[in-house]
Amino acid sequence: MSIFVDETTKVVYQGLTGSQGRFYGLLNREYGTQVVAGTNPKKAGTDVDGIPIFANVAEAVAETGATASCVFIPAPGVRDAVMDAAAGGVDFIVVITEGVPAHDEAWFFNALKRDYPTVQLLGPNCPGIISPGKANIGITAGHIAKAGGPVGIVSRSGTLTYQALYELKQQDIGVTTCVGIGGDPVPGTSFIDCLRAFEADPETSAVMMIGEIGGSAEEEAAAFIKSSMNKPVVAYVAGVTAPPGKKMGHAGAIVSGGKGTAAAKMDALRDAGVQVGLNPTEAGQLMTDVVATL
Amino acid sequence: MDLFEYQGKQFFARYGIPVSDGEAVTVVDDAVAAAERVGYPVVVKAQVQVGGRGKAGGIKLASNAAETREYAANIIGMDIKGHTVEVVWIEHASDIAEEYYASFTLDRSAKQYLGMLSAQGGVEIEEVAVTNPEAIAKIHVNPAEGLTESACRAWVEAAALNPAATDGAVDILLKLYTAYTEGDADLVEINPLILTPDGRVHALDAKVSLDDNSVFRHADYEAYDATQVRDAREQAAHDKGLQYIGLDGAVGIIANGAGLAMSTVDIVTQVGGSPANFLDIGGGANADVMAGAMEVINNDPKVRSIFINIFGGITKGDEVANGIVQALAKVKIDAPIVIRLDGTNADEGRAILAPLVSEMFQIEPTMLDAARRVVALAGGKS
Repeated sequence: MSIFVDETTKVVYQGLTGSQGRFYGLLNREYGTQVVAGTNPKKAGTDVDGIPIFANVAEAVAETGATASCVFIPAPGVRDAVMDAAAGGVDFIVVITEGVPAHDEAWFFNALKRDYPTVQLLGPNCPGIISPGKANIGITAGHIAKAGGPVGIVSRSGTLTYQALYELKQQDIGVTTCVGIGGDPVPGTSFIDCLRAFEADPETSAVMMIGEIGGSAEEEAAAFIKSSMNKPVVAYVAGVTAPPGKKMGHAGAIVSGGKGTAAAKMDALRDAGVQVGLNPTEAGQLMTDVVATL
Repeated sequence: MDLFEYQGKQFFARYGIPVSDGEAVTVVDDAVAAAERVGYPVVVKAQVQVGGRGKAGGIKLASNAAETREYAANIIGMDIKGHTVEVVWIEHASDIAEEYYASFTLDRSAKQYLGMLSAQGGVEIEEVAVTNPEAIAKIHVNPAEGLTESACRAWVEAAALNPAATDGAVDILLKLYTAYTEGDADLVEINPLILTPDGRVHALDAKVSLDDNSVFRHADYEAYDATQVRDAREQAAHDKGLQYIGLDGAVGIIANGAGLAMSTVDIVTQVGGSPANFLDIGGGANADVMAGAMEVINNDPKVRSIFINIFGGITKGDEVANGIVQALAKVKIDAPIVIRLDGTNADEGRAILAPLVSEMFQIEPTMLDAARRVVALAGGKS
């Protein structure tokens, strides 16, 4: 099983006609994802390698029954694209795009909660979600992941996730689902959303959590793990040596006013019984050991 | 993007928030002219992005031209905690009856805006939060709903300011909210927000931080970018469009992906080294980007070794390797390079790099091995 998406999920790619959307949309299709449609208001009626293009998500859904969308629209258009997807009737929206203004994110996160409460948003500024062997929605290189579980991964960082998937594959350890929640300050899906789903997933037996400086998501996750999880969690937090006040590549990766340090996050996680690796290699080894004892 | 006080005041003024009449100047004669125009007494204020300006002698009250001249001459060019004063703000001095604090920022945990208002202004809000937390009135605003006047008034009343300040505060806070949202700010802070003896409410200071991701929709924000404080390395990197943060050590770092780059900075420190910088080159195969990154690192006089840490996902290892080969042909690198290349087509990539291996160019199989090697080459510590 996988969380949030699987091999039956039909996905409409908003921005499929653009270079990024096309490149990854076709790669996702090759992987096995059901890429059923794309949208572009100016190119409705055309197709991208046989995938039909519609003017908007509502029309794509009416024709194809899509239940998810993946957004490759440039940052200025993301807010409208997200609301178009929700209004169009999908219930899972993955926003890959980086550079979305924080106020737009804050607005559409809350607008979705108010107007489309059953819609789940993932991202922005995320690599997407992959359930190895079933579906890959986004920019993760699918071949670096081994299917079959028992590990679930949730991460704020793209390349560190790929590193984790790869290291686990080297150890012959499979992944049920890997969710990239992204590096922005108002992410649609949180660590807790994923931890809760992994705890309920019979095929996931352990969870790898990859965090970084900024905000309090890891601390909140630690509280959830303590109160509501039995499955073992291994974590790694990047940015131990990051200087305060500087955004380290991700809009949400900033130590501000003394808050959001990696050290505090690691302490909170340890306090919740999480094993914390000091670097990605160590985290991979800790997870390998955990899986061996399952 | 952090604004200087004078830029913050100009930003506030655009949204109708009352600020003192003032002028930003860079030379002493202009300081005197500005003082004449805004009227004595004036405050001569160093424009630097650090606290403690007053203690350093960077804020002075002047009551005539001679004093203005003397203070401006002292303050322009002054070093305050490593920042050189290039601009001073000449402002008409205000009489202060009471000092308050007001700000809007994002509460990431609540995913809503957080407004803070306190009758304890003029000191660090973090201090008040610790010593007297009940003195801070907080309000959460749903970004999809906005701040209504009635909610704002209730918030002001909760802060128990002098009743004479209520109407003025409500008016300013609504405008501050507009500045925060329509101006795409990460933070807007007025400390102190003052009540004058004649009953006006007025912003005496302005701290504004703007969202870099919003520059596309604010034509004038590019101008702020030009005044941002960057050291030479950061400016060079910025001009090349690289995500770069200067640090203080001897090991130059190039990685693909923000998380991996942060992780590389961490691991170098962990094994006893000192990172010279953070640098994320994104999808790393492009030879021009790699060459630009290498140039920036190479020009850092403190760098004694360079760690190139690449994990190829979609990006293929052989393409990265070709990018590095081409980059090395464009840029002569003075320090030894250690590279860790992993992921897709890593074997092919390492094969392409193998002929380059020498004392000045080494390949390590893992991130940890590479970190240890590159730190050893830097001489252990900076």
